[in-house]
Amino acid sequence: MATITLKVNNVVRRVEVEDNEILLDVLREKLHVKSVKAACWRGECGLCTVMLNGKPVKSCLVLAVEADGSEIVTAEGLSGRPGELAPIQKAFIEHAALQCGFCTPAFVVVAHYLLTKTRGKVEREEVKEYLSGLICRCTGYKQIIDAVMDARKHYGGEG
Amino acid sequence: MDKPHSGGEYRYIGKRIPPLDAYEKVLGAAEYTFDLEIPGMFHVKLVHSEYAHARIKSIDYSKAIRVPGVVSVITGRDIPYRVGIYVGDRDLLAIDKVLWIGHPVAAVVAENLRAAEKAAELIEVEYDPLEPVFSVEEALRENAPILHENLDKYRRLPAFNPKPGTNIANYFKLVKGDIDKGFAEADTIVRGRFKLPYISHAYMEPQVVIAWYRYSGDIEIWSSAQSPFAVRSLLSLSLDIPAGKIKVNVPYIGGGFGGKAGLGWEALAAMISRHVGFKPVKLMLSRAEQFKSAPVVPGMVAEAEMGLSRDGRIVAYRAKFLFDSGAFADYTVNISRTAGYACAGSYDIPNILCESYAVYTNKVPTTALRGFGHPENHFVLEHMIDMAARELDQDPVKIRSRNLLKPGVSTTGTGVRLREDAGNPQLVLERISDLLDWTTPEVDPERPWVIRSKGIALSVKGPSQPPNASSSAIVKFNEDASVDVMVGTSNFGQGTVTGLAMMVAEAFGIPLEKVHVKPLRSTDASPYTWQTVGSRGLFTDGLALLEAIEDAKRKIKKIASQALKVDEDHLEIADGKVYVVGKPWISIPLEKIVMGYQFPDGTSVGGPVIGVGRHIAGLTTYLDPETGQGNPTIFYTFGGTGVEVEINILTGEIKVLKAVQVYDIGKAINPLLLEGQAIGGFVMGMSRALYERIIFDEFGSVANPNFSFYYVARAKDAPDNYLIEFVETPQMDGPLGSRGVGENVMISVPVAIANAIYRATGVSIKELPITPERLVKAIREQRPDLFEQAFKAYIDSMV
Repeated sequence: MATITLKVNNVVRRVEVEDNEILLDVLREKLHVKSVKAACWRGECGLCTVMLNGKPVKSCLVLAVEADGSEIVTAEGLSGRPGELAPIQKAFIEHAALQCGFCTPAFVVVAHYLLTKTRGKVEREEVKEYLSGLICRCTGYKQIIDAVMDARKHYGGEG
Repeated sequence: MDKPHSGGEYRYIGKRIPPLDAYEKVLGAAEYTFDLEIPGMFHVKLVHSEYAHARIKSIDYSKAIRVPGVVSVITGRDIPYRVGIYVGDRDLLAIDKVLWIGHPVAAVVAENLRAAEKAAELIEVEYDPLEPVFSVEEALRENAPILHENLDKYRRLPAFNPKPGTNIANYFKLVKGDIDKGFAEADTIVRGRFKLPYISHAYMEPQVVIAWYRYSGDIEIWSSAQSPFAVRSLLSLSLDIPAGKIKVNVPYIGGGFGGKAGLGWEALAAMISRHVGFKPVKLMLSRAEQFKSAPVVPGMVAEAEMGLSRDGRIVAYRAKFLFDSGAFADYTVNISRTAGYACAGSYDIPNILCESYAVYTNKVPTTALRGFGHPENHFVLEHMIDMAARELDQDPVKIRSRNLLKPGVSTTGTGVRLREDAGNPQLVLERISDLLDWTTPEVDPERPWVIRSKGIALSVKGPSQPPNASSSAIVKFNEDASVDVMVGTSNFGQGTVTGLAMMVAEAFGIPLEKVHVKPLRSTDASPYTWQTVGSRGLFTDGLALLEAIEDAKRKIKKIASQALKVDEDHLEIADGKVYVVGKPWISIPLEKIVMGYQFPDGTSVGGPVIGVGRHIAGLTTYLDPETGQGNPTIFYTFGGTGVEVEINILTGEIKVLKAVQVYDIGKAINPLLLEGQAIGGFVMGMSRALYERIIFDEFGSVANPNFSFYYVARAKDAPDNYLIEFVETPQMDGPLGSRGVGENVMISVPVAIANAIYRATGVSIKELPITPERLVKAIREQRPDLFEQAFKAYIDSMV
């Protein structure tokens, strides 16, 4: 057992974890952060992706103890202001880029990172390749990709 | 529905409106059963059979029970119930005998999941192996080992026809005309043998249920289930508990696609809850369990022959479908029935004999998937038509056109005259071929080993449901004249709920923001609907809702009539007000009516307004047990798919360049969400066509129970170029003229891709998925010349 400190969506949390516990389980079960989903627990579906110190990681592949002292952002913290939406989240709504919504928190996190990192200067093929670490079974991806392309203008690109 | 007062244009219907629940979903704030916790709840981990067919000699859980945190271990003998929607053939945990590798034999209950998982590994089960059967052919052999000795004792609906003493869970036969006479008259006969693999629904939220059996005998369930009322009724039937003592709650659902229809794990969880002292328990499947223990999608083998006249008229069609239902056929009996009665697709064929079987094997049990029975029978039929076209040297579009059902004229395969308002299949076909730009295949001049080709396939689909399936709806006004819309139909992303809310906003002329549809469905607070399946939601629950709207309007007008001293039939409702017809300057806002009207002197009339409506299937019938004739469905939606693909003759790789989707849905209520269905359905169909199969090893164990080795389409695989069109031939008795479409959008996709390959190369692919190795092998077998030519071109390009 170890006590770790995480800053989750701007709130500092201290939590006791087992040495072999994964970050995903600690976030969902111990800290009750339900805006992180999961569908495979082995790094294939990408739905447990969170921002860890500014980079997207699959939280099922990170030991909780490894994350000690780090800052974690999920879909609900993406805009930095509770209840407000980041531009990519607004674009997902406008393009109806979601159906059942179970994969959506991961997609918006990854897309937001890509757009931020590239300052909105990214081509369609790159977006497709980049989002291919995640599975969406409902939408067929087109509206998701359209939403990302459309949101580029809010991140400094041409849109 | 009356068009609004001003302008005569719809304000919401037909507009591109994002899903109403999108805000919660993009924030990750939407709550799924996956996310729910009840203080003090226990966690359940299942222990699975390691044999495909065996008697259980003993189960030793003495070590498991000593793991700290473990509360109990339960085995099949503790809870010897059978459950199922159409045939009650499923046990909760294996009773004495296991039927597949993955069959749950015990459940460990613990204070936390980690303890339950640790203990599950310590359970020792001794088996006495029996001979297994892994294919339908083996299972149908005389003297084959029998999986269900008590098949005749299972509860079943009268529409199904099992053969006790065999492995046949259901047999269905469709007979129309005189099949022998039909083939005798044919100038040409084409034949084919087809094979579809087991696949996974791969919905993202795993199956998960929380159950709480209370001391009072009441049961409360929270479940990732499509159909809370079906769960309640099946729990009641199979556990012998009055329906009124069971409450089933369904919050947001992380995908279903038919795989969460009927009954899931709710009965098991409820009985475990009782067993551990009436405490709440949560049972959630891992992804591996979703492949190995949860119901997946049946495989199929089929044989078909089609007889045609020289001019391309289909005069006879014979098909035999063998569905591999795995160890339980609970829902798959209806897949076999549906594939049988709908075997003639969109065509007017005078002589038909279609036989369909659901057959037990020692593999993972199976259930419904989006459009069940139709992707399978259309894969056969629509490819046979292309084979016939080639044989007769006719154009695949023209031969389809010649044989299409004619609304108002033709009789369907089940002997029902197709209604005048059933849609316009000719126009659908024409639009697909126009949008696809139906040209002849081209070789890429830069890379002559790559061919571009186009293929089409049509589809027709109606809900496959019991003939008395019903729905209901309530519109309940609040003080601010906002409306709570209460429906039974569930929301797993289809767009139905948004469409229903739009209908209410339109009817009362109120802003969409004032229409509230809560995410939670609950059997004691939501009005009844049979199930959310079969593309029926917007149709059946929409009709119930329109009736509820009319009921509320009547009540509002009655109150307003007293307030304004005007006859009720001189009033109309629009823009959130009640108007006097012809005198729009006399009106009362709905806010002053919907809780009852108060006169200036303080006296009052009326009361809170609640509108109630319902729908029942009505004229659908049981199908004749000998001939399959009768009226199976409340509507037919005609549609189809066109694809342009790039085929690499040397590598067998296929890339979809363009996708055309056309469906006659009567009325497009929300084109934005409809396009979402058409695109999502296309990619699901494409993924099934090119990638998906569950692989069983020689012992009957699933060899690829994960997303590395069971590949589903990713963003990089998805086409960008879609041409989607909705034909609007109104259905007179549909809500605003509309029909359902959520499943139809994937039915014809795999066969359209197979037809595109066939058109360019003459290579007929009758087995899915069309992997590169399968395609190259088929090309080398069927067209060695083509392969040689492409190979030569490739070598030439290098020098």
